[in-house]
Amino acid sequence: MVMTVHVDIVSAEAAIYSGSVEFLIAPGEVGELGIYPYHTPLITRIKPGSLRLKPADQDEEILIYVSGGILEVQPGTITVLSDTAIRGADLDEARILEAKRSAEEAMKNRESEMDYARAQAELAEAVAQLQALNKLRGTRH
Amino acid sequence: MAAGKEIRTKIKSVENTRKITKAMEMVAASKMRKAQERMRHARPYAEKIAQVAAHFSHAHSEYKHPFLAKRETTRRVGVIVVTTDKGLCGALNTNALRQTVNRMREWDAQGVGVDVCVIGNKGLGFMQRLGANVLSQVTALGDTPHMERLIGPVQVMLQAFESGKIDALYLVYSRFVNTMKQETRLQQVLPLTDEAALDQVEKHWDYIYEPDAKKVVDALMTRYVEALIYSAVAENMACEQSARMVAMKAASDNAKDVIGELKLVYNKTRQAAITKELSEIVAGAAAV
Repeated sequence: MVMTVHVDIVSAEAAIYSGSVEFLIAPGEVGELGIYPYHTPLITRIKPGSLRLKPADQDEEILIYVSGGILEVQPGTITVLSDTAIRGADLDEARILEAKRSAEEAMKNRESEMDYARAQAELAEAVAQLQALNKLRGTRH
Repeated sequence: MAAGKEIRTKIKSVENTRKITKAMEMVAASKMRKAQERMRHARPYAEKIAQVAAHFSHAHSEYKHPFLAKRETTRRVGVIVVTTDKGLCGALNTNALRQTVNRMREWDAQGVGVDVCVIGNKGLGFMQRLGANVLSQVTALGDTPHMERLIGPVQVMLQAFESGKIDALYLVYSRFVNTMKQETRLQQVLPLTDEAALDQVEKHWDYIYEPDAKKVVDALMTRYVEALIYSAVAENMACEQSARMVAMKAASDNAKDVIGELKLVYNKTRQAAITKELSEIVAGAAAV
């Protein structure tokens, strides 16, 4: 009986792989990592590239492409958190600037002071209208 | 028969409205299924990353991440509000915004300032009118949430937290219970309140970090928060579609009732007119 370890590969938009494998080879940030069962706890970032793994019930190895992410190793489980977006310090910086800029633009025509009372009244009115509609529908039947 | 014609046009117009609401209901129903599927797809990642974060909080690391450190005083807080881009989805946005405003007012009373990050057009319009301090925003997300679009606005808030501009970060969104029921959730994101750490197992171990603890943990924590926001957005989209479907179904049913009532009135006036005409003829014949 070959020793196996459970692997979960997930991304925010889908679960990619889950199952027992004999080993897994991942493109770690500082170099390729080969992980066998009962590996000591390890956590690392991985580079965009292919994960190679050998499922316990198959003879063939399989390749899974990931666009970077995080690899966590526990003695009995390996978790790969794959990124869906391409990351990078400068890319993130651009996204931050864009988000700030659009917020500032949107705030240009803002009214002077925060008026919680008016906002609360406005929302309370909306809720009351919806409730009245519901009641109206309730009585008619 | 002036009254008859008026009622006929009215019936026609209500019928047209009903066609529209019916169509919107069916569109929402089909989008809802897809949105729910996407929401379910986002769950494994959120669960796994929460697990890893919990493992990390158990590990005795030499590096403490700022997201985990509790601050003594709260002078300013950040709120991420998730709303929809379009309306006609019942009380969904109203409920979320109401809870936000109530909470903001409480903070205001305590002298705590509030910075806002808005996701979705409806929230943005509202926050503009309210005059809240919007740090970042993203609108027009479409039907599929994309991590790429969310990174920017969320990063703005994370930076504000790291730099000490805000001392806590909250998230408001609609949680999907089932098609008929959605509830507003207000949840603290930062500093991370790790519920998992409550049943702390006293084991003295630590990870091997590659290349070093700071880099890996920074990446992990950022992704953890982003995953939280992403799944909130995915859930909110499922909520939106189901709320819209229910609202449009109610509108279609209502239109049907209105048409029924109008038809009744129309037939009554028509009958009355015929009766009147007949009696006139009969009276005329009797006179001759």
